[in-house]
Amino acid sequence: MQLNARIPAGPIAKKWERHRFEMKLVNPANKRKYDVIVVGTGLAGASAAATMAELGYNVRCFCYQDSPRRAHSIAAQGGINAAKNYQNDGDSVYRLFYDTVKGGDFRAREANVYRLSEISVQIIDQCVAQGVPFAREYGGVLANRSFGGAQVSRTFYARGQTGQQLLLGAYQALERQIGLGKVSMHPRTEMLDLVVVDGHARGIITRNLITGEVQSWAADAVVLATGGYGNAFYLSTNAKGCNVTASFRAYKRGAGFANPCFTQIHPTCIPVKGSYQSKLTLMSESLRNDGRVWVPAKKGDERKPGQIPEAERDYYLERKYPSFGNLVPRDVAARSAKYVCDDGRGVDGPGSMAVYLDFADAIGRLGQQGVADRYGNLFDMYERITGDNPYKTPMKIYPAVHYTMGGLWVDYNLMSTIPGLHVIGEANFSDHGANRLGASALMQGLADGYFILPYTIGHYLASHKQAGVTTDHPAFKAAERQVQARVDKLLSLSGSRTVDSFHRELGLILWDYCGMSRTREGLTKALGLIPELRERFWREAAVPGSGEELNPWLEKAGRVADFLEFGEVLCHDALTREESCGGHFREEHQTEGGEAKRDDEHFAFGSVWEYQGVGQTPALHKEPFTFEYVKLATRNYK
Amino acid sequence: MAKKTMNLTLHVWRQSAPDRPGRLVSYKVQNVSPDMSFLEMLDVVNEGIIEGTIKDAGGHGPIVFDHDCREGICGMCSMVINGEAHGPREATTTCQLHMREFTDGDEIYIEPWRASAFPIIKDLAVDRTSFDRIVAAGGYVSVNTGSAPDANAIPIGKREADEAMDYAACIGCGACVASCPNASAMLFVGAKVGHLVKLPQGQVERKTRVLKMVEQMDAEGFGSCTNHGECSRACPKEIGLDAIMLLNREYVAATLSSVD
Repeated sequence: MQLNARIPAGPIAKKWERHRFEMKLVNPANKRKYDVIVVGTGLAGASAAATMAELGYNVRCFCYQDSPRRAHSIAAQGGINAAKNYQNDGDSVYRLFYDTVKGGDFRAREANVYRLSEISVQIIDQCVAQGVPFAREYGGVLANRSFGGAQVSRTFYARGQTGQQLLLGAYQALERQIGLGKVSMHPRTEMLDLVVVDGHARGIITRNLITGEVQSWAADAVVLATGGYGNAFYLSTNAKGCNVTASFRAYKRGAGFANPCFTQIHPTCIPVKGSYQSKLTLMSESLRNDGRVWVPAKKGDERKPGQIPEAERDYYLERKYPSFGNLVPRDVAARSAKYVCDDGRGVDGPGSMAVYLDFADAIGRLGQQGVADRYGNLFDMYERITGDNPYKTPMKIYPAVHYTMGGLWVDYNLMSTIPGLHVIGEANFSDHGANRLGASALMQGLADGYFILPYTIGHYLASHKQAGVTTDHPAFKAAERQVQARVDKLLSLSGSRTVDSFHRELGLILWDYCGMSRTREGLTKALGLIPELRERFWREAAVPGSGEELNPWLEKAGRVADFLEFGEVLCHDALTREESCGGHFREEHQTEGGEAKRDDEHFAFGSVWEYQGVGQTPALHKEPFTFEYVKLATRNYK
Repeated sequence: MAKKTMNLTLHVWRQSAPDRPGRLVSYKVQNVSPDMSFLEMLDVVNEGIIEGTIKDAGGHGPIVFDHDCREGICGMCSMVINGEAHGPREATTTCQLHMREFTDGDEIYIEPWRASAFPIIKDLAVDRTSFDRIVAAGGYVSVNTGSAPDANAIPIGKREADEAMDYAACIGCGACVASCPNASAMLFVGAKVGHLVKLPQGQVERKTRVLKMVEQMDAEGFGSCTNHGECSRACPKEIGLDAIMLLNREYVAATLSSVD
């Protein structure tokens, strides 16, 4: 496997401009001769599909949901960053770049991050022009807030539903192209394999989730915008349908999978209630702007929060990190919550995993109405789920798996190690390094989809003149047969246990041994448990129903089978990365004060894994990261 | 301290295919925790059916229903619970409805969205692609990527922006259609027209947009509004009936003036 990042030469601020000039163009009259497949319709997929159709390409777009508008980008609450400096508070493209490289704990590619920061300003322009109703000031200009520990106000937002509003902008642009006949849309359709012909990605195999029909689709290039793999952990803030299948199928066809162990655990989610729990709900990070995190100072204190006097509370983030306090980055806040709960100071009963997020001070300062104006919809959501009123009693929160920084390896053109296969949004290994900053995921998805991929895919198409391939090609026929055989095998499972029960078990293994805190011993144990669980899955799972109808259990079984293989790649990556950085914390590698200890001398690289067969240790390749502009430094939030 | 659990009887609409007859099938469910979401309760029922601990009455297998984000924003979940779209709690999607809204011994009727423009696929899952086609007909601002002016070039009053946001909050679930005796989609269409008409960016295509969207809405077979107001009451995002007034106003204005 060759890893050529294809980073353009020249000073960082000129790389993207220079690259845009150097890339080959497709003649406008020729664009209609090219077919492009886009899988996934979240921010990255919908924006890419719409933009490529506007340029003139023929786009075929797929999603597993019943409508492209429902992709999980829709659930993002907080906001989207952009280096507009509208607040005149010292922001700049360079500062956003700097913050993102540093926040990612120096495990991202500088050139990509700079481009992301540069493009961030165009995204806001585009979204406003589409009619995205961002929050505004009384004078009519856009409002901003500080978010996720940033020292400038660069986050644009639309109440607590920025993701939905941005996605509706991209979805409407996509629907416009569907109406114009430039995009053909296939909802309730799942990609189950990638087809590679003569070393190039030339199409996909799908299954129609309503009829069960397995079909081949040929194209000149394939784009995966299929999101992250957080659901490997079973409980996460992801939607129930989110899965790794498309990415994992591409990995099995030869695409390198990079840094899977960089998973983000979000510090403020509603804690787990019972074994029936099906997902975890995020409470926006913006709550930490006004809420104070605390637990009782002494273990086993079962008094109600209001009965615990100030002196007997431990505002542990404010205590440990006096300059950032409750606004420390996500990985630091999450780990700190784990430590106090592991110490027996969880607030939801003995042995519980929950801490308080308390708004009493904020209500005293702003009044209940003031707090409601800022967080009303979040407070309502919390009350609906828990039955507790957070205006009266502190919220209980605990970290949960939220976002995955790892993903398919891509070069500067967002192309994977398989020529023609491009990967965008959360699905690629990304610009966020080992830890994503708040309000940066929406920015990256839209940067990739609106402004990067539509250029770089043209360069690929113009520089690889290829023979036409149809779905009659033997590679399609062979892949179709494999997909059908796997579907049949899943349908033949008639054991006694539900697929979900295996998924839960896998989730617990990954959460316990490859979650917020990892050890060599635990990861080694997980690498023994996962293959054994996978073997039991194929022997004991039950898949009801047939393959010719809407069958959610069959869909789920295929996705869980892939997670059961992918979980091993995740643990291998965590095991070989003998350092702590960002969301990856290895207990063996910490300072005396319990902070993450990065090892730049030995681990300043991206780990790229190459498939070697089911149950085989994948082959490790490395992309070294060099830092010319942001000086390698230890993150310090004290 | 464990909370008291409930025993319930569910009557669930089972239908194997769009063109097959359906019927209500009853299931007994025990030990339901009040902290469960409604969909988690159905998950438990389905696991019980698969593992044989809950009687699979009629041999229909586990119950098919649509769901995805389970946090009230994707708009995929869609059930009529005891005659109300998304169930008894106001401003709440089915996935955010929790079992503490019910009491021990309750009988709960669960049915799909019913409208000819939302054909049933299986059990509780329906086809809502008609909504997408309405948006494709005109529910957008025609602005290609790259041609936007600076985001602050056109000031928008806070009030207008907030009103646009109120309409834009629609999640496209279809509860409005499901709860309307005429299966009208006017709240959905009004919300999109309202979102874009409140903003300067939406002015250029103001007339063509409303005409095309309404034409598509009619072509899909949705009914017309006769002022029952059930749509707004069922809406999990509390879109007001004024969206329908706005839609009527915009439509009449567009019809009366010449459109190129």
